[in-house]
Amino acid sequence: MGLDDIFTASVFASAIRLATPYIFAALGETFAQRSGVLNLGVDGIMLMGAFGGFYAVHLAQTAGVMAEPLGLLMGVLVALIVGGLMGLAMAFVSVTLKAKQGISGIGVYLFGLGLSELLFQQWVGTPKSVAGFPRISFPILTDIPILGEIFFHHNLLVYVAFALVPLSAFVLNRTTFGLMIRAVGQNPEAADAMGVSVTRVRYATTTIGGMLAGLAGASLSIALINLFQQNLTAGQGFIAVALVYFGGWRPLTVAAGAMLFSFVNALQLQIKVIGADIPSEFAVMAPYVITIIALVFATKRQEQPTALTKPYERGE
Amino acid sequence: MNQAAGTRLAAQLNRLVDFAPVLIALLLALVVSSVLLVALNADPLAAFGFMLEGAVGTENATAETLVKATPILFVGIGITVAFRGGMINIGGEGQMIAGALAGTTVALVLGDARVPAEMAKTPGAFDLIIVTSALIGGFLAGALYGGLAGFLKAYFGVNEILSTIMLNQIAVQMMNFLLNGILLDPAVAGFNNIPKTARLVTAAQLPRLALPLGDPWIFARTRLHWGLVLAIALAVVIYIFLWRTSLGYRIRAVGENERASSYAGIHVKRQMMLSMFLAGGFAGLAGVVQVLGLQYRLQTDGSPAGFTAAAGFNGIVAALFGGLNPIGAIPASAFFGGLLVGAQKMQREIGVPASLITAVNGLIVVFVVSSEIFILQRSKRRVSLQETNTPIDTPDKSGGSEDTPLNPPVGTGGSDTPLYPPDKSGGRRDSGSEEAG
Repeated sequence: MGLDDIFTASVFASAIRLATPYIFAALGETFAQRSGVLNLGVDGIMLMGAFGGFYAVHLAQTAGVMAEPLGLLMGVLVALIVGGLMGLAMAFVSVTLKAKQGISGIGVYLFGLGLSELLFQQWVGTPKSVAGFPRISFPILTDIPILGEIFFHHNLLVYVAFALVPLSAFVLNRTTFGLMIRAVGQNPEAADAMGVSVTRVRYATTTIGGMLAGLAGASLSIALINLFQQNLTAGQGFIAVALVYFGGWRPLTVAAGAMLFSFVNALQLQIKVIGADIPSEFAVMAPYVITIIALVFATKRQEQPTALTKPYERGE
Repeated sequence: MNQAAGTRLAAQLNRLVDFAPVLIALLLALVVSSVLLVALNADPLAAFGFMLEGAVGTENATAETLVKATPILFVGIGITVAFRGGMINIGGEGQMIAGALAGTTVALVLGDARVPAEMAKTPGAFDLIIVTSALIGGFLAGALYGGLAGFLKAYFGVNEILSTIMLNQIAVQMMNFLLNGILLDPAVAGFNNIPKTARLVTAAQLPRLALPLGDPWIFARTRLHWGLVLAIALAVVIYIFLWRTSLGYRIRAVGENERASSYAGIHVKRQMMLSMFLAGGFAGLAGVVQVLGLQYRLQTDGSPAGFTAAAGFNGIVAALFGGLNPIGAIPASAFFGGLLVGAQKMQREIGVPASLITAVNGLIVVFVVSSEIFILQRSKRRVSLQETNTPIDTPDKSGGSEDTPLNPPVGTGGSDTPLYPPDKSGGRRDSGSEEAG
């Protein structure tokens, strides 16, 4: 067994696939945090999005009333709506009611964890799989040896996630909306004085963050794993929050962090598959250890948005 | 009515209003869960009735409620210290596991040891040593695990929320590894794959608890154990520690206002680590007490909450519900223990999944922190009142050597300060770097 057995094309391919939910969730969280809102409930929102998307697709497919692509689209829509609503609720709690964000986020997480399980047990019962997003085969490109497998044989949501990375960077850095987000996160007083509504911007970013978290959940339940079960995300939403810190609140580096994390994960799975002489528990824990180490260095290096976690209070 | 009596009455009323967030949260949670139940085609009244019956309907139900409440209370005490010190500790789960691993190992090793000859004359003496050592071992392991997050926060600016969440996952894997390896019960090795340690010898077990009333004694036939008494006693100790000692005062001062504490000469980094150390220690106790008092062996199903039953999270809810006061955490833990036990009855009787409780717990957290805004508005009003009038609260008496210009609005209860430290959850990288000491 050599390195060739570990660093196979399929490992790189699965690293890209596994990065999808992290990228969606972490990009959404980047928007929220750049405007000053720490949403720790991402994992709960992901679970709700995962269940909502799964349930819509499940219904569509068992009833057979819809063409398959339409059913999947429904799933995505439901996940976006459910996620958006939970993001909105988080915004209400942390912007309007000025609740402490670290703690209220844990509440949102527990709520999503409990409710998704409750609804699943009540409405579905036993784990069932759905026909999720199929892998796309591109003419010519997919047939390229190695590169084809790594880059050109994924489901639609993978490509959407990666397309969102430069788009998010563009929105944050090159548009008026992005400027408002950064201003509100960096210096809300000044932004307010310039006539930017701190409240409205934070509501918008937190809702966008919620929608993307919902989509992240759906990318698991109807594209990557194609089923729902209790605590499907297993803490991926928390990793996404850590990735935002790790990536220094910039979409490109956040996505790079997501890639690194999912690559370690893919390696870990591969090591299990080929039965290397490393206890699987250590392989599973490796990404978390690496995240902590990365945070040690990242927080030394990076400046976080000044107003992060601080509710805005207009001075009198 | 003279003026002094009037002032006292006003202070009493003020204190009552302090529980407003908890009451509001409870009311809202009741409303929302009723709506949820109706949406699930269940009768809310019947559901709540079964929950109440399942929680306290029989002697055994009450005992089970208290058994469930015990680890929640331990964790809740620790969370109270951490949050009061401005550290948002989400690592209760991992710290519980660390404590259980260390404590169980101590109990297993000492349980196998031969009783020293001089102790054999006094029955029970060696048992006490085993149990005490295991408890201390559990406390220390949890404390070090929590303290690690405090250290990373104090010296590297690593957000403690994130680090404790990562440490939770690491602890679960470490437990799975050890329980499948060196700690695996030799009796089952190779037969089945339930990761569990050997059973503790009787000498290493916490005794069962019964009240000497009636015949047989109340709770004599239940699983209630002395861990509950230990938890309640420690709640009182920590209450005294936080509000009657200068060290406790320093922890709270850092939680209230890190910058001002630093100017006042408090070693902010040290308090951060100390509050996380204590928080982890209590979670560690929760873990080891589960083993010593209830399960008599450490076992898991391999899932994250396989051993802890999510007490590390529920302790956060209980701490908030108890007004971030260790004494308040006692009824709060009993309440959540009752919810968890009662929910099982509800699930059996009307088929509503018990995971409803997880959702409701989440709502309660959100509601408690959201209704904080009313307290904050009130304390603002009170400040302006104090400027023109005689102060209602006596100045803080617990300051000891730390007679600082801070003078936080701390009375005797502590429940009249806002629950949360201002702006502390973000892991600011400049957070301990400006300390003066």
